[in-house]
Amino acid sequence: MIRKLWPIFTRDLALLTRGAQGRGGAVLPLLFFLAVAMLFPFAVGPDARLLARTGAGVIWVAALLAAILPLDRLVEPDVEAGLFDQWALRGISEEALLAVRVLAHWLSFGVPLMLAAPLSAGLLSLDAQQLWMVELGLLLGTPGLAAIGVTIAALTAGMRAGAALGGLLAIPMAVPLLIFGAGSLQPDGEGGLALLAACSLVALAVAPFAGGAAIRAGRE
Amino acid sequence: MQECGLVATDIACRRGDRILFRGLSLSVRSGGIVHLAGPNGIGKSSLIRILAGLLRPYAGTVERTGGIALADERLALDGHQPLAQALAFWQRIDRAEPEQADFGLADLLDVPVRYLSTGQRKRAALARVAASGAPLWLLDEPLNGLDTYWSSKAQVAIAAHCRAGGAVVIASHQPLALEAVHEIKLLDFQL
Repeated sequence: MIRKLWPIFTRDLALLTRGAQGRGGAVLPLLFFLAVAMLFPFAVGPDARLLARTGAGVIWVAALLAAILPLDRLVEPDVEAGLFDQWALRGISEEALLAVRVLAHWLSFGVPLMLAAPLSAGLLSLDAQQLWMVELGLLLGTPGLAAIGVTIAALTAGMRAGAALGGLLAIPMAVPLLIFGAGSLQPDGEGGLALLAACSLVALAVAPFAGGAAIRAGRE
Repeated sequence: MQECGLVATDIACRRGDRILFRGLSLSVRSGGIVHLAGPNGIGKSSLIRILAGLLRPYAGTVERTGGIALADERLALDGHQPLAQALAFWQRIDRAEPEQADFGLADLLDVPVRYLSTGQRKRAALARVAASGAPLWLLDEPLNGLDTYWSSKAQVAIAAHCRAGGAVVIASHQPLALEAVHEIKLLDFQL
């Protein structure tokens, strides 16, 4: 099984990172993430104290919105092209495929956000301690965002206006991650990290099964 | 080639609130060819998907032995990749000995899949099926879009696959030039 999943993982990762056929790749969410951090000081003014107090929350909002951007190309194109049917004929379960896809999506989306976070922190004048907490929070929270993204993408694959609907569905599901992620940056907020990790684990555990059921139901 | 067989018993197919056909039984074993014939909309493609196990029949059972390869209207090859790489992706998963069949793709191997014409896409799908190593082929309109030359070449490849111990189910509204074909007219099972 691993032998069959490895080529699928490398393909998923290459497609999600580089992008092709109307798939934007990893660059678009990254630029969006940085653009929000860049625009925020323009909107609220250059007061460093205000920025430092609100900046970490802004990074979390930007991360959540950046997670929505790639939703419509996570699963839909491969259902449309018949790849999921071909994999099913080869006895590869949808659950395994989606677990692989969550991993590939996280590598192409969560890791770049973590690499870009220091730049955002600079734009929002966060100090080193806050940046450390943001990075830690993103490390624990982006796997959950990736899992929610793949679940929603599988649920809306094959629907008309699936892309718009996907964004609307993803936001409420991601709210706990946002609350605990941003909350962990408050004074004495370290407990937030544990809850953030718990939310991520739940999302990761549910994603392959919910998404797999959605893809099988989509065949009817 | 491994032993293969497909036995479908008393299949009924419902799409939406319409029963397309019912009471259909078929069986095919190594060396056999079944031709599902009938006009558009009679349920040939649905039946192929039921036989492949991708669609649940409204009634009846399907038993399969041996691996299945499916060619339907969905190519399942990445459009941006050159044909050679797109086919190689499936070979890395299947790791099978490709069957010797000529679909005239040698000159197209470096062409991105999305630039292929209708007939060339069909040939690419047949090449993917032939390379899969699966003994049981389910082909949905395999000759659509093929010119006379490649249409006969494709049927030669299908016949060769059966001689080698494979089995083939073909859904097609076109007459086939193959020998010893068991034809099933879906119209006979309409309500």
